[in-house]
Amino acid sequence: MSAPLLEVEHLSRGFTVRRGLLVARAVGRVNAVDDVSFTLARGETLGIVGESGSGKSTTARLVLRLLDPSAGRIRFDGTDITALTGAPLRHFRRRMQIVFQDPFASLDPRQTVEQIVGEPLLLHRPGSAAARRERVGELLSLVGLSAAQARRYPHEFSGGQRQRIGIARALAAEPELIVCDEPVSALDVSIQAQVLNLLRDLQDRLGIAYLFITHDLAVVRHVAHRVAVMRQGRIVELAETAALFARPADPYTQGLVAAMPEVHPAPTIGRRLAVIAGSGLGAPAR
Amino acid sequence: MTRLIPPMDELLRIQSLRTVFPGDAGPFAAVDGVDLTLERGRTLGIVGESGSGKSVLSLSIMRLVPPPGRIAGGSIHFAGQDLLTLPEPAVRALRGRRIAMIFQEPMTSLNPAHTVGAQIVEAIAAHERGVPARTLRARAVAALDRVRIPDPDRRFDDYPHQLSGGQRQRVMIAMALACKPDLLIADEPTTALDVTVQAEILALLRSLQAETGMALMLISHDLGLVAGMADTVAVMYAGQVIEHAPAAALFADAQHPYTLGLIASAPQAAAPRGRLLAIEGTVPTPADMPAGCRFEPRCALAEPACRAAPPGLRPFGPDHQAACRRAPVEALVEALVA
Repeated sequence: MSAPLLEVEHLSRGFTVRRGLLVARAVGRVNAVDDVSFTLARGETLGIVGESGSGKSTTARLVLRLLDPSAGRIRFDGTDITALTGAPLRHFRRRMQIVFQDPFASLDPRQTVEQIVGEPLLLHRPGSAAARRERVGELLSLVGLSAAQARRYPHEFSGGQRQRIGIARALAAEPELIVCDEPVSALDVSIQAQVLNLLRDLQDRLGIAYLFITHDLAVVRHVAHRVAVMRQGRIVELAETAALFARPADPYTQGLVAAMPEVHPAPTIGRRLAVIAGSGLGAPAR
Repeated sequence: MTRLIPPMDELLRIQSLRTVFPGDAGPFAAVDGVDLTLERGRTLGIVGESGSGKSVLSLSIMRLVPPPGRIAGGSIHFAGQDLLTLPEPAVRALRGRRIAMIFQEPMTSLNPAHTVGAQIVEAIAAHERGVPARTLRARAVAALDRVRIPDPDRRFDDYPHQLSGGQRQRVMIAMALACKPDLLIADEPTTALDVTVQAEILALLRSLQAETGMALMLISHDLGLVAGMADTVAVMYAGQVIEHAPAAALFADAQHPYTLGLIASAPQAAAPRGRLLAIEGTVPTPADMPAGCRFEPRCALAEPACRAAPPGLRPFGPDHQAACRRAPVEALVEALVA
């Protein structure tokens, strides 16, 4: 095994709790993230699962250096980036991108898709306008959209297509790590499946590592190689995915796994689906 | 008009319901010819994605379709009365008292400026005149206790923001059940909640249903959740019920390719990290609604005849119907394997 792409050691982030309407005074501190450590290899998916307030999104923001940690260390590709600022930090920022939950809120409604996807190219890969347009076309086809759609605005797309645009924008900088913060939570199940398949294909083709943040256990079980379970700012359990779901060790994880609504289709259903999928009938009629 | 005499425990009978909204491409039916029944003490699950019409269906039953939308046809018999021919005051008397509804987002459904106790009291007083204040408070506290809110006497004086998301949803359920309705419509009641809280709320709904014998209409995009709760499930697509079956039959013998696709789209324990069998494409918009089967443009099994005319629901087993020209699917599977 080569050195991990991302190493997080004893990461903590506290927030001051203030009370009072006009004159706020500090009444205490809470650790939103409390002594969190994990590693992520190239091409690997690490799921971070937890309920609201567990600190999973704060962890993502710390890793991306959008928030400063109060303690601990973040190493990216062997370099300590915990205290980097300015140009060196921007250099590393290109190599790690984020895809947000809400494709409706995270795209500028006044920009065309070409501008949205092309913006990171301006920063990270200066070149001619024609070269940029060509690259945007490549990126769009990579995520299953057509280059012809580049002149359109976000409102002309469905939720699943907007999430594809968000993914294309993240890919524009050719990152080695993408932090996915609840990327499919706002999507219908059938569209969720399309986006999860796309993320999977991109990983296989480009070797991108994902830090996959979600509250959805069924989704994390599907996408992650390893899973970290967070509760009240701490990782209570971190294990290989199959092992974690088969034999959850921590009582909190056991509770989460037990509460999952599960679907158990009969073998007949599986057979119907396998035949439909493998028969060449898997593609729509037109 | 003949008064419908329902079978002994039938509570709700929806026939040929059509709810339309004006649109750029002319009026379009968000609910388009839906037939459903629900018996007392039973649970009917409605599954569908955005645009399926499942929420407009529930608002139609409550006669709360937001204008300019309107119910354009069909009937909704509740305990033998057609809700669609009742005058508005009579509907208002039923709403909340005999038919109650809870929504996805308890924070926007509760008034932040009033205590939760005051809001439950208001719900009771709206339907029962002349109840003394002391009794009202006692009943509201009892309602909070019934939904397992700890220390209900003190929580009575709390404001919504002082409660967690799960507790707020419990308060909504307490309000909905304060008048002991015959029918509770729950539209995505746990979607905004964490998984452990979700399991608690569903368990609560189950036990309250067992206590009161109310009928439950559970609406969700989550097939797994609905299947775990419902006796029968109706799968909706583009305003229509495309498959209707006992919950167990759906997972043993789903016939409609859309239902099969929904089952396959949900990540399952059996196939970790495999490709999900996604349903490609998206729900048709009103402007490009197919004349034939509405799922045909996304269907892996479609044939030219599917475009010609809409398929009606056909029987495939006891209480099991599906609207697919290509069904039974098993025959196709056999043909393909051979």
